[in-house]
Amino acid sequence: MSELRRTFEEMPQQAVPLERDAAGQPFIRVTRREFLKLSAAAAALATAGCRGPVEEIVPYVNPRLVAPGLPQFFASAMTLGGCATGVLVESNMGRPTKIEGNPSHPASLGSTSVFEQAAILELWDPDRASALAMRGQPQASDALQTALLGRMQRLEQRHGEGLRILMRYESSPTLAAQLQALAQRFPAMRVHSWEPLHRDHSLQGARLAFGRAVEPLYRFGDADVVVAFGADFVGEGPGHLRYAREFMDRRRYRENPPVNRLYAFEPTPTLTGAIADHRDARSPAEVAQALAQLAGALGGGKVDDPMVAAAARDLQAHRGRCVVVPGEALAPEAHALVHRMNAQLGAAGTVVQYIAPICGDVDCTRSLQELVADMAAGRVDTLLILGGNPVYDAPGDIAFRDALARVPFSVHHALRMDETSATTTWHVPLTHFLEHWSDARAFDGTASVVQPVVAPLHGGFSHHEMLAMLLAPVAGGPRDWVRAQWLGNAGDAQAGERWRALLRDGIVADSAAQPVQVAARNGDFTPPTAAQPWTLVFRPDQSMHDGEFANNAWLQEIPRTHSKLVWDNAAYVSPASAQKLGVKSGDRIEVASGDARVVAPVWILPGQADDTITLPLGYGRARVGRVGNGVGFDAYPLRPAPMAWAAPARSVRRIEGEHTFATTQNHAEMEERDPVRRINVPEARELHQKPIENAPEPETLYPGWTYPGYRWAMVVDLATCIGCNACTIACQAENNIPTVGKEEVRHGREMHWIRVDRYYEGSQERPRTHFQPVPCMQCENAPCELVCPVGATVHDSEGINVQVYNRCVGTRFCSNNCPYKVRRFNFLHYTKRDGEPPLDARNPQVTLRMRGIMEKCNYCLQRITRARLETEREGRRIRDGEVVTACQAVCPTAAITFGDLSDPESAVSKAKRSPLDYALLRELNTRPRTTYHAKVLNPNPDVPAPPAGEGKGEGHMVPPTTPGERGGG
Amino acid sequence: MAQVFSARAVLLLKLAALGAVVVMGTGLIATYKYFWGPDTVAEAPEQPIPFSHKHHVGDDGIDCRYCHDSVEKSSFAGIPSTHTCMSCHSQLFTDQKMLEPVRASMATGQPLHWTRVHTLPDFVYFDHSIHIAKGVGCIECHGQVDRMPLVRRVASLQMQWCLECHRDPEPHRRKSSLVFVMRPTSEIRAEGGLPDTKIQSTRRLTDCSTCHR
Amino acid sequence: MASTPLIRGRWGYASITDKIADIVLRRPTHWIWGVGLLVTLLMSVFFFGAMGYLFTRGVGIWGVNIPVAWGFAIGNFVWWIGIGHAGTFISAFLLLLRQKWRNSINRFAEAMTLFAAGIAGIWPILHVGRPWFAYWLVPYPNVMNYWPQWRSPLVWDFFAISTYLIVSLVFWYVGLVPDLATLRDRATSKTKAMVYGFFALGWRGEARHWARYEIAYLLLGGLAAPLVVSVHSIVSLDFAVGNTPGYHSTIFPPYFVAGALYSGFAMVLTLAIPMRHFFGLEDFITKRHLDNAAKIMLATGLIVAYGYCMEVFTAFYSNDEYEIGMTMNRFFGPYAFVYWGVITCNVVIPQLLWFRFARYNVWILFALSLVIQLGMWSERFMIVVTSLSRDFLPSSWGLFVPSIWDVTMLIGSIGFFFFLFLCFIRVLPAITIFEMRELKHEELEGRQP
Repeated sequence: MSELRRTFEEMPQQAVPLERDAAGQPFIRVTRREFLKLSAAAAALATAGCRGPVEEIVPYVNPRLVAPGLPQFFASAMTLGGCATGVLVESNMGRPTKIEGNPSHPASLGSTSVFEQAAILELWDPDRASALAMRGQPQASDALQTALLGRMQRLEQRHGEGLRILMRYESSPTLAAQLQALAQRFPAMRVHSWEPLHRDHSLQGARLAFGRAVEPLYRFGDADVVVAFGADFVGEGPGHLRYAREFMDRRRYRENPPVNRLYAFEPTPTLTGAIADHRDARSPAEVAQALAQLAGALGGGKVDDPMVAAAARDLQAHRGRCVVVPGEALAPEAHALVHRMNAQLGAAGTVVQYIAPICGDVDCTRSLQELVADMAAGRVDTLLILGGNPVYDAPGDIAFRDALARVPFSVHHALRMDETSATTTWHVPLTHFLEHWSDARAFDGTASVVQPVVAPLHGGFSHHEMLAMLLAPVAGGPRDWVRAQWLGNAGDAQAGERWRALLRDGIVADSAAQPVQVAARNGDFTPPTAAQPWTLVFRPDQSMHDGEFANNAWLQEIPRTHSKLVWDNAAYVSPASAQKLGVKSGDRIEVASGDARVVAPVWILPGQADDTITLPLGYGRARVGRVGNGVGFDAYPLRPAPMAWAAPARSVRRIEGEHTFATTQNHAEMEERDPVRRINVPEARELHQKPIENAPEPETLYPGWTYPGYRWAMVVDLATCIGCNACTIACQAENNIPTVGKEEVRHGREMHWIRVDRYYEGSQERPRTHFQPVPCMQCENAPCELVCPVGATVHDSEGINVQVYNRCVGTRFCSNNCPYKVRRFNFLHYTKRDGEPPLDARNPQVTLRMRGIMEKCNYCLQRITRARLETEREGRRIRDGEVVTACQAVCPTAAITFGDLSDPESAVSKAKRSPLDYALLRELNTRPRTTYHAKVLNPNPDVPAPPAGEGKGEGHMVPPTTPGERGGG
Repeated sequence: MAQVFSARAVLLLKLAALGAVVVMGTGLIATYKYFWGPDTVAEAPEQPIPFSHKHHVGDDGIDCRYCHDSVEKSSFAGIPSTHTCMSCHSQLFTDQKMLEPVRASMATGQPLHWTRVHTLPDFVYFDHSIHIAKGVGCIECHGQVDRMPLVRRVASLQMQWCLECHRDPEPHRRKSSLVFVMRPTSEIRAEGGLPDTKIQSTRRLTDCSTCHR
Repeated sequence: MASTPLIRGRWGYASITDKIADIVLRRPTHWIWGVGLLVTLLMSVFFFGAMGYLFTRGVGIWGVNIPVAWGFAIGNFVWWIGIGHAGTFISAFLLLLRQKWRNSINRFAEAMTLFAAGIAGIWPILHVGRPWFAYWLVPYPNVMNYWPQWRSPLVWDFFAISTYLIVSLVFWYVGLVPDLATLRDRATSKTKAMVYGFFALGWRGEARHWARYEIAYLLLGGLAAPLVVSVHSIVSLDFAVGNTPGYHSTIFPPYFVAGALYSGFAMVLTLAIPMRHFFGLEDFITKRHLDNAAKIMLATGLIVAYGYCMEVFTAFYSNDEYEIGMTMNRFFGPYAFVYWGVITCNVVIPQLLWFRFARYNVWILFALSLVIQLGMWSERFMIVVTSLSRDFLPSSWGLFVPSIWDVTMLIGSIGFFFFLFLCFIRVLPAITIFEMRELKHEELEGRQP
């Protein structure tokens, strides 16, 4: 028991590192040493025994505004690829423990991607750089200033000749202002940008099409027909959360607006491809051909490709209510072509609008090439690298490392001592975004202020403070600079009020970018369509992004949506290509491109285009930390600067050796048990018009439950699930779920409380992919409750199967008896693993489970309890929507509905009444509380159905079910 | 052939067996009582300052909430900050030796370290605010604090003790406005201080999920 | 019936006593016994060493996982408890049925039962995630005001096994008393005399003693007999109550009991054949005894075979897709080799027992006994693991691969069992002396006209 979680009462309270001034703004107090001391104290307390241990209570010296034990939420923003997503950070006793999306932020609408969820673990990562270092040797904190001092004067005399700054995509106005000031002080200074997952192609395409760089903004809510060419707009890139919300909302069955239709042409399975009504796996060249053909068809030309032809007809039939979406990987010409098509289709200005690029009109590739040329030529003597890790992620044909080695004075300002820090003369620890002041813009230009929630755990400072060192001293600190950026230097009360509002809402009111009017030029935009024997497709790994999250155990252990692999990246090939290469999953191939050779393990992926090999970027890190070092292989060396997303392979051959993968799902067929029910729009319409008579519930000999109060229940809409895993990781963060590591996953011991099952239907070449999030079903006739000898899993008066950790002895009978296999067991002491967050990062409202204990989803009991306590104090019932589970909150497409069944008007009650509602494994008469809505598909009848068992069995019909309620209640 | 055991030996053996049974039995009961038995009377632990509730509450009549200020809104009742102590003791008893640690804490900014009197296991989620809101007097669990020179635990805080009340809360509840009155609930109720709040069904109150999660 | 006598050769009352008592008191240790003791002691050390590691690290050191949350531990448990059946069956059932031939084998068979059941009892404790709380399955007044969950077969199991253990122990001890007295009286040293004397409870062999003894023994026999059936029936409910295809089957109780006797008698032979050889007891444990045991194995084996057939039949007859899926998985799934192994060991090969020559050839019998025990262990594996590895949702199907610790502990437990048995042979009379005398007596009576 001593292993279990201290409640917050025992937490030493001066660990609260924030002290509020009158305005309630946090400013930093506790130093890192103190902080560590305190967390040590916390740990010591946490390991005290269970019967009458002597414990201490440590009160504040000065009272805080916050009552101990009550969580606080701070609005902030996290940037990825330069674009911000608004977040609300939950802080318990001053310790950030959970991140939620900011509902009022346009890029979030309350949800987040997996990366925002995992940011908490990133913050608490003990492997972060903790000290200023020169050539790897720790330095006194003021060593850098002294070193810079003389250098700056000399630079000033030369007007900054030889001073360079290399940064990532940055949308921070404050930073921009600082750079401007810097440019004034050092006119000859140059600023370069490098973002490994850059948007060069689309910007270049826009320049071709419009004569100026612009970024498209889509309004999928207004699109009835969407054609995507290698575009994963629901899965990645700026604004993907917003796009997913708007697009998937149109997948719900309604008469008006009708269910939209999506065609996808792509070389490798993406989330967008998986939800498409029609998807075809094609090599990049073939995708380009299809695009050209579509353009021809829209121009009245004749096409033989049936899918393209059908898409063309569909688009023309929906002028002004349709859009063609290009993937970043397409060649600039292709982007230009798409822009023109959208203009022809009347999409431009309506469904798609154009704004000036959020992170400025930069061409990363060229910018980096120029920098490297200058460094190699010795024209750079002072280089400031703000964030990023170019030594690791620069294209293979740009010799960045060697050039960098020739720079006499280089500074790397980053979270970690990584590959780049190893080459620069200085490394300066960067603060995490939860530790510093800054600002950033969202994909649509909306600005947010980034405010710190905790003192820097490992020291260090922000880019702003770094640049300030190069500038003439400015009054105040980062907070004042950011404030000045938005409010000028006005100190009056009204300004203070605006500042508070700005921090409270997390967005700067109406700061969104204005659409710019652009006209697509005419011109011959023919994308290169030459086929290659082997095409390498480079994609950011779904969980590692560009590699910066490689040390994050949560992300490492999130199963990749399609392959279900964890703790690895793999060279994905189609079944046919695997035969051609004579390999099976786990064999190793050597891929050569340019003069680089990389050895990678193969994974056979249904729905991958033939003759293409997908190489996920972001793995094979050498110096990231204990968790991520040496995991997977590094594909960047193979990546040529000009063809950053798809390049021909010089050679591909099988080599000796095997690789063992860890995957969380071994069987992909539905075995005609149809856990995922599919239904086409016409059938759905029929069902809604005259719902079939409800089949009666099977009989049971057990007496029914009665429910005096609430009856919690959940509905998961399979029509809108995009398989993004956000629910899984949000649940992990909320419920203190441990990671177990690759070996344990291989043994089948992953701990995720809500998993996303992936099923294939149809042929290996053209499978239809289905996703099904599976949390605990909270059965009414729960098989688990029946067999537990100690009554550790019981039905509570609100219908939840509660798992009482402190009563569990671990017979595991409940898991055997659970038909849904949603129960997870602590086979070993996972919470003590390396890479697990420290005690301080845990949710104090949820007990930590020791080894030998069974655990599972409990509908976020702690959140229900929080709401109950609040409402009971006020003497009222919990309102619908007052309890939001972690998975529900984070879901980008709002696929999860949760609430009280005893209130017939609650959203969940309404959802349960839908004719599309069905219970998983209903025939077992477990009467689940969690039910599903069938997946609605809207295929175009003109498109020939793919071969082999498409929609086999009764899978297509949805036998209507009633949510398994018993008794009155 | 000769008897292996003499008559006396046999008798002794029998007595020994009997004795063994008795000893084991009592031993078992003793151990049970010691480890799991109700231990309602607990010594008052040493504190850095011999703070007397008797003096502050009983004699001076300071309201509980003056020091335990989050008791109505948080799970944690709150332990007064040094600042709170000093709000009086910057004027009163400023030369008291006894109060040296408080002044030191104020001066150095180092917090006081009190010894915990009421401890619950980590997996029990007790919430003060809801008990206060539902008219459970402080005295119900903490006893007549206003008569304690040094605070000691008066209840076992064992699950069965919690359940006693959760199974039949009514006799333990009073008018919410009288929650902080340091007099037995029975008296208060007798004088018409009956509860004015509604609570959830006892079935709900005895759910595992009410306290464990 | 008495065609072949139960005691071969010309033995007198005294010589019988000498013969058996001397194994314990005088006969010099056979070197095989010494070697055996050392080897099994080593294995036992491994057993308890592994146990220590298990308690420090947790059950994760095994191959168990989700979906296969039960592995070797449960399989071994069922297997051992099964072996623990023959003893009580022989001494209780055959006693009530007046089967005289039981007399020469019941003593060591019961010892076997105790050891096997005892070892079986360890497995559930090793199996649970937090063994130090295993006592929560026991109903006792506690400050949590919380009782066990009575609907769970695991709770019933606790009672079934503890009852069986206690009754078997008492039954065995009572049966021992007269022989302990014999040993006391023939003891070679004072200490031995003291020890045996202490446990002989002052038995003097008076008529009164005998009369009471007979009644007590009969009553205990009557008490033990139903337990033989109940224990394994309840163990089978651990599975039958579950809803997993392959567990959820109504034929389990009889099928398990038969299986238990099957493996139990196999173990009796495994022990009897070497013992009669090395201690020259061929005259007491005659071929006829082996023959009878073999016949019982044949019978129970056929019941088990019937069980296998019915499982397959009901699966297809029910037309339940999950039952059918489970059966097909047994036939052709990743663990098919286990299933066909079970069929071969438990159904095909034992058909040899139809033939007299097989039943009278110790070598064949010994080999068969081992084959059957292997088969019965595999059957438990088939039920526990194969069923779990593929249940309802294809997405959560997964395999179980035993870890080195699974294997170590299984073999270790076997070693520990034989260790206990070897000690037993040297400390107590492996054959009931007075009952053999009784047999002799009746034989002589029988001769009188």
